Amino acid sequence: MADAAEKLSTTDARLAELSLPTGGWPEAARSDALARVRQMGLPERRDEYWKYTRPDTLTQPGAVPAALFDNDEAPIFGEMDRLNIVFVDGVFDTEASDDLSLEGVRIERLADASSDIHWARDLYGTLEAKGQDPVQRPLAALNTAFASDGVLIHVTGKPSKPINLTYHHRSETSDAILHHVIKLDPGAEITVLENGPAAARFNKCMEVDVADGATFHHVRAQGRDHERRAATHIFARLGTESVFKSFTLTANGVLTRNECVIELTGDDAVAHVAGACVGDGDFHHDDTVFITHDAVGCESRQVFKKVLRNGATGVFQGKILVKKDAQKTDGYQISQSLLLDEDSQFLAKPELEIYADDVACSHGSTSGAIDEEALFYLRSRGVPEAPATDLLTLAFLAEAVEEIEDEDLREEINGRLAAWLERHRS
Amino acid sequence: MLSIKNLHVKLEEEDKQILKGVDLEIEAGKVHAIMGPNGSGKSTLSYVLSGKDGYEVTDGEAVLEGEDILEMEPEERAAAGLFLAFQYPVEIPGVGNMTFLRTAVNAQRKARGEEEVSAAEFLKLIRARAKELSIDADMLKRPVNVGFSGGEKKRNEILQMAMLEPKMCILDETDSGLDVDAMKLVSEGVNALRNEGRGFLVITHYQRLLDHIKPDVVHIMADGKIVKSGGPELALEVENNGYGGILAEVA
Repeated sequence: MADAAEKLSTTDARLAELSLPTGGWPEAARSDALARVRQMGLPERRDEYWKYTRPDTLTQPGAVPAALFDNDEAPIFGEMDRLNIVFVDGVFDTEASDDLSLEGVRIERLADASSDIHWARDLYGTLEAKGQDPVQRPLAALNTAFASDGVLIHVTGKPSKPINLTYHHRSETSDAILHHVIKLDPGAEITVLENGPAAARFNKCMEVDVADGATFHHVRAQGRDHERRAATHIFARLGTESVFKSFTLTANGVLTRNECVIELTGDDAVAHVAGACVGDGDFHHDDTVFITHDAVGCESRQVFKKVLRNGATGVFQGKILVKKDAQKTDGYQISQSLLLDEDSQFLAKPELEIYADDVACSHGSTSGAIDEEALFYLRSRGVPEAPATDLLTLAFLAEAVEEIEDEDLREEINGRLAAWLERHRS
Repeated sequence: MLSIKNLHVKLEEEDKQILKGVDLEIEAGKVHAIMGPNGSGKSTLSYVLSGKDGYEVTDGEAVLEGEDILEMEPEERAAAGLFLAFQYPVEIPGVGNMTFLRTAVNAQRKARGEEEVSAAEFLKLIRARAKELSIDADMLKRPVNVGFSGGEKKRNEILQMAMLEPKMCILDETDSGLDVDAMKLVSEGVNALRNEGRGFLVITHYQRLLDHIKPDVVHIMADGKIVKSGGPELALEVENNGYGGILAEVA
């Protein structure tokens, strides 16, 4: 069992450099999570779930140093009315953050939440633990055990503005682990934004419990640092008639693995997960999604679009699991890549597993180049080749971007994509 | 306006000569029509003039108002005032018709060193032009040509022509796929754009389009060459006797 021995030594080496944060109610959840990590072992390149993405730089002791990336662009979401919470290399920055009080929501720092009676006690690590079955996600368990910071957000009403989590990367060797827990009470509604590269290596976990009739919007922009690495997990549970919508923009980054695990447990719930990524050169981006339908009449959509050039790699592993009693399920999944040259590649593994008999599920995956006919049509009308290519590329990404409901946010994302394309013309 | 001399063109991929010495002089203010049997090279002529890939000019020239356009990129030809109304307008999912048109108008203005047109001004202009072509607001909002009927696509081509105000318009089988009413609408759109400063080259199989868009000169093309030129009566001759008689006569 050479594999098992290798796995054990990788895991031991990583665990040796970490120490469990002590104190308060999370202690029990942390030690349970540590036991899960030890039992599973950290991912290894021969693991089926890591077939297309090499996990070694995510699991090795210490982060691979990542150069800081300075750019003169205005920070994304910066112009919006929002409650901003700032983390620098994975540490909450009180000075830079806004006051955490906002009507309809209670926000606390994970590191501060010590009282023994706490709402998050029942959630911290719970959805993550549940999400380990049927596919193991050891990096998420590692996160639950060792996360030293994060926010706990309890949404009781409908706050007037979004909560924005800004992650700055200021140290070339920072190795950050953040864990957020978000709980929405019945009928509550919130928008959570995230932006920034966070660290040289970033392990982030977000658990979201969406109660009956509640609505959760999530828009994230992962920051343009070329050399950063990130492994992120979202675990969500959806109650009856609740809504969960998440969109991620990824531009640059040598390695990104975004996992999203959603369980639809109440009837008529809606879950949409979308992503648009643009990569040029040394870029590896992996979207891994697992949606479980375990209630009647739920809808799920997965819309992932990737623009790849100069040898960039895109990965999509998306699954829809429809349990026996999840009748009237409406599942949709599309993953597409636009390959701007022959060196880039897209690896896709779409999966459907259906046990109910009255469902409508569709999935599709394509790789293609710019449509030459359309390009000529645009040029014949006077649009030069480069902006015409950009226009067609944005059109390709549109289906994913349109998953963002808020028009201002959609425009913000589109503007960033257009600017990126303009900077990365051949 | 447009002067084509001894134009020889072959397909890039295979060694096949399509145009074998085309000579054509189109004056400003005039409408020239080219008719000819299938495979005579009519559409190739329109593609070569607009700059489509896949063709190689082996000899000859095409000069638009003193500039040799064959060396230019397609967008430069457009900015110089050339416009091709496509036989098969291309569908572009995800790009709104209005965005497409405004991008095109402004790109041409920019290339000519003119100021861009403001969003409000553009909206006013396009609404007026669209109305003349019975193009409703919905068609302007939809993605370019996606889900358009044959008639809608052709009307959309004429709308683009009206907005871009080219000097030299080439219409490639604009009548194909149109019913009588649509043909009338499209023709009226074209006729409204006729003026002293603008030249037209209308490529068609059939005389009936020329009942609506009355040409000044009619050319017959066969096997990559203009074999006969004359007045509007030449189109009637084709309609009545087919190409056989004319081709036999010039052979």
